[in-house]
Amino acid sequence: MGRFIILVLALAGLWLLLSGYFDNALLLMLGAASIAVTVWLAARARVMDGDSVPTGLMPRIFAYWWWLTGEIGKANIIVIRQALAVEPKLSPKMFTVPLPPKTTVGQATFANSITLTPGTVSVDLREDGILVHGLTEGLCDVAAITDMGERVARCEGSGQ
Amino acid sequence: MEAVGQFWADIEILRNILSWGFILAGGIAVVSGAIGIVRFPDFYTRLHAAGVTDTGGAELILIGMLLQAPTWIVAVKIFFIGAFLFFTSPVATHAIAHAAWMVGFKPLEGPELRYKEDGE
Repeated sequence: MGRFIILVLALAGLWLLLSGYFDNALLLMLGAASIAVTVWLAARARVMDGDSVPTGLMPRIFAYWWWLTGEIGKANIIVIRQALAVEPKLSPKMFTVPLPPKTTVGQATFANSITLTPGTVSVDLREDGILVHGLTEGLCDVAAITDMGERVARCEGSGQ
Repeated sequence: MEAVGQFWADIEILRNILSWGFILAGGIAVVSGAIGIVRFPDFYTRLHAAGVTDTGGAELILIGMLLQAPTWIVAVKIFFIGAFLFFTSPVATHAIAHAAWMVGFKPLEGPELRYKEDGE
């Protein structure tokens, strides 16, 4: 039920902010109708679960994203310096990092965080870890990436 | 026009300076990413250079545009573009990397940048 309310509120917020109509009764009614149809279809298709309405990671995931932005900035500078260096010191390699998050949403968030950070790309998701391709020796820091995964795992709380 | 609010209009010089800085930094990131795509040695390393364009470049330019928004509804839309880019670009990058890995495309490895032999 909580998930249902959050989906309705999120869709209503998206509709209002993208359309910008706040005082046209006909359009507001049509917007409400479209939200009702969307929620009904989501319920009917049984996709309103922890994967498509990932309330399990909220609210702490917002603080995590803020932290991730800083990490992305730092990694951007490292990769830009390599791209512009006269002699790029690349040392690419494939390595496996552990997978601390337990829910599928947490694992997807972790893998996406690795890919979003320039210099590391998640290549394959396995039972026991994520196969990552790193650009330089400094970026292939398993401890730092595992720490990122543990931050995601802490957002999961009790899990779904 | 009341749409922007007095405060937003008052800080116009500050907004212009900040957005100038953000758009310039974003432009540098995009160009560096493009240079990296040309200079890096193989497919997987080039993905990282493309990642700079995806994250730093796109988001910094969007922040710069956000500061130039004429009405708050435009600002909200630019924010949504940034947020959706934040969630979709890693999925695309992963899809490309995963496809290459699955068909057996080997990466260059180590500081000598050579392909690993079997059994190493």
